[in-house]
Amino acid sequence: MTAIPLQPPRRLVEFTLDDEPVRVPEGATVLDACRAAGKDIPTLCEGDTLTPKNACRVCVVEVEGARTLAPACSRRAEPGMEVRTDTERARHSRRLVLELLASSVDLSTTPRVQEWLKEYEAKPDRFGPDAARLNESPKVDNDLYVRDYDKCILCYKCVDACGEQWQNTFAIAVAGRGFDARIAVEHDAPLTDSACVYCGNCIEVCPTGALSFKSEFDMRAAGTWDESAQTETTTVCAYCGVGCNLTLHVQDNEIVKVTSPHDNPVTHGNLCIKGRFGYQHVQNRD
Amino acid sequence: MDLHFGDSKPTDEERAAVDALLGPPESPWEGASDRPDADLRWARGGRTARDRRDLLLPGLHAVNDRIGWISEGALAYLCRRLTVPPAEAYGVATFYSMFAVRPRPATRVQVCTDLACAARGSAELCSELESRLGPSGTVWEKSPCLGLCERAPAALVTRAGPPAARSLPAPPLPESPAGRASSIAGGAQIEPLRRLRSGGPGAGPRSAAGFREGAGRGEQHATAVLAPATVDTVIRGTESPETATPEAPAAAAVPQAGQEGLTLLKRIGKIDPYSLDDYRSTGGYEALRRAFRLGPAEVIREVTDAGLLGRGGAAFPTGRKWQATASQPDHPHYLVCNADESEPGTFKDRVLMEGDPYALIEAMTIAGYATGAHLGYLYLRGEYPRALERLTHALAQARARGLLGDDVLGQGYAFDIELRRGAGAYICGEETALFNSIEGYRGEPRSKPPFPVEKGLFGKPTAANNVETLVNVLPILTMGAQAYAAIGTPTSTGPKLFCVSGNVDRPGVYELPFGATLGDLLELAGKPDQLRAVLLGGAAGGFVRGDELDIPLTFEGTREAGTTLGSGVVLALDDTVPLPRMLLRIAEFFRDESCGQCVPCRVGTVRQEEALHRIAERTGAAAADDIALLRDVGRAMKDASICGLGQTAWNAVESAIDRLGTYA
Repeated sequence: MTAIPLQPPRRLVEFTLDDEPVRVPEGATVLDACRAAGKDIPTLCEGDTLTPKNACRVCVVEVEGARTLAPACSRRAEPGMEVRTDTERARHSRRLVLELLASSVDLSTTPRVQEWLKEYEAKPDRFGPDAARLNESPKVDNDLYVRDYDKCILCYKCVDACGEQWQNTFAIAVAGRGFDARIAVEHDAPLTDSACVYCGNCIEVCPTGALSFKSEFDMRAAGTWDESAQTETTTVCAYCGVGCNLTLHVQDNEIVKVTSPHDNPVTHGNLCIKGRFGYQHVQNRD
Repeated sequence: MDLHFGDSKPTDEERAAVDALLGPPESPWEGASDRPDADLRWARGGRTARDRRDLLLPGLHAVNDRIGWISEGALAYLCRRLTVPPAEAYGVATFYSMFAVRPRPATRVQVCTDLACAARGSAELCSELESRLGPSGTVWEKSPCLGLCERAPAALVTRAGPPAARSLPAPPLPESPAGRASSIAGGAQIEPLRRLRSGGPGAGPRSAAGFREGAGRGEQHATAVLAPATVDTVIRGTESPETATPEAPAAAAVPQAGQEGLTLLKRIGKIDPYSLDDYRSTGGYEALRRAFRLGPAEVIREVTDAGLLGRGGAAFPTGRKWQATASQPDHPHYLVCNADESEPGTFKDRVLMEGDPYALIEAMTIAGYATGAHLGYLYLRGEYPRALERLTHALAQARARGLLGDDVLGQGYAFDIELRRGAGAYICGEETALFNSIEGYRGEPRSKPPFPVEKGLFGKPTAANNVETLVNVLPILTMGAQAYAAIGTPTSTGPKLFCVSGNVDRPGVYELPFGATLGDLLELAGKPDQLRAVLLGGAAGGFVRGDELDIPLTFEGTREAGTTLGSGVVLALDDTVPLPRMLLRIAEFFRDESCGQCVPCRVGTVRQEEALHRIAERTGAAAADDIALLRDVGRAMKDASICGLGQTAWNAVESAIDRLGTYA
């Protein structure tokens, strides 16, 4: 049985979405309404367990009367507003955001992005062969996870998960400015010199694979990573009495990655170092 | 929150710099070396400690002013004192261009290469400096606009060292050599005010500290403005700021200084900017007295009836902003004066603050009274040393004479002003980025809604106004709303300051009633014979052709003409100025100044700069593809960026292509 947390009843807000009347609970975002109506809006910096920074701007929609486009992930539904999700103007900005990202960042492990690039007819090559890229090499400074900032779109999710939204460790932050801004610990030091507690909750929320298990990183480098050959088994962590849910990703009878269900009402996908990385004893066959 | 501070230790001098601002540490939790028994049972921290996060930026300034850069040990110590995670503090320190986290020489010279200086020979200056001093980034560096456009090309020398004096001496003469190498009492002004915000004592032990002389270092902190700068003055500046040629008085930036009929500039050059008596004897504090007689609601009505629109660039009705702030049930309310004047070509606020600092203090007091605020923050651009020195002095004087404090003018109204220095980030002129900057976070804009009148500084209702906007409140109250509204046009009321620079005979700040045309203004300033283009509103504004001199300089007139008044920049360019070079400089500016938060601006500004590089020497069909690309990127930046920086970054280049036919 799944526990369903009861919430106080909320008033409904009525507005127009692509010329159709919709009703959503007060406080819901335009994106919530779109999803309820079965509309597929691309998102990157939005995540189901976090308050989005609305930095990627790929979910922009047109709100009648507004000078600029609005991020669907953060704009709250207001009574009477008229929202259009599929106008030429909104599609133009989404296409450009995809082109700008794909021309500067390695999106090879970002789920769904190839589909969106096709859908919006994005041509990242149009900026020419000399277009500036991030040009970062993977930071492999510990045995548990890898930070490959060449794949980072600066969605701020890892910072928020490490900081006040979940973990309260504050090991990482955005450093630098503009195109040179990067996620870093203080003084760009290795993770091992930082406040990191290796909970891996940043990996859980990373939308592009910039943060990944060392096991996944090594297997991808060796060409053996194969998601279609993996099974996912959700179980209960045995380390302590909290009883967090673990989802074990298994390939060739080896645990290759551990995630946690985001809809768990207690942990919301968060784990500690033991649940996230302490699985070696399971496959110790000696 | 279990913070991890690492093993780096501050040097004695770094520790002294931080302690001068925050007071000595109370316990080992804060970095003190001795551990009394009580500390073994007592953990300090939590909310009270974190409440001091807004002292992070002043703390970084204190270290940077004294040492010239911020080391790991200094940052760790500052973080320990303020309970700030080091990763976040590092993110803040690397956000601002005035701070370095790598060692660098104590003396640095910033040479402006921005628009107004580029129109007056900064490129030649830089190439000579390169041959004599080595490439930019060594002892000297290229800089965005320093706000000294009337004396272009400009340079600013800063030498790190211990603060020169405990308090600033009252200089004997107006505009005396005090401006020559002005010393900054970094952060001293923050002290007595904290209780107003935190609502009681216990905000910390900082008042005990005062200044301590730096250990072992002979040379004190000093700055010098070199404008106009020559190769020789810059080279002398790199040796010592003290030997620099004295800076011209503030009034030299006002060609109309001393003329009759001026409203906003009437005191510039006529009074000693250090003298409160001079200010009071020329009508100072009459407006505040009238405000107290009227009461807050009536003050707001006067400002609304006067039709005052914000002068920072967005032209929002000031009365409506004040009304919306005043009516918020949440408390406390804050007043913020946006003096982070960084729009290339803008220097009017600097001239007001240097020439008539008490006017701003009086205007802020009125704004605070009207909006129900008891604390105002004056966020001053970091590159304005003389304005900092004069405002610091004026605030101390006003406080000593009961014009700020618990009982302003004996009227039972408590109001004080904290002066905060920016640290080299154009984006902090955006009001929500400015709030983040004051609060000790990276100066990244917030999403709106919620708007500042509802949730602004520290999440509380905040009225944020530009310097010129606030100073306009004084004539509204002394003249009355009707008389003020009679100046200018029905929808753009009052006097307006214009920052005229570039290829004109008499660059400077001009005050004209709204309604004067571009031609009228350029006539006053001495228009060049071959006027090719005029940039209105700065880098975020737009170009008009040299033959469009009949454009009325009003909000509605410029809007009808398809351009903008912006912050009042009027940069005249004759036919000697290579326009593609200027456009590239604008694109470089926005690439450098983008905060990096949203994709359209972070990557879009880079892609636009690349395209402008490619077509710098091309026209016609050879440039067409890149112009189409610029338009595509520009449109997405305008539509989808979070804040005004990204939304307007493409305006000037677009106007040059469409209006001037550049690259055609």
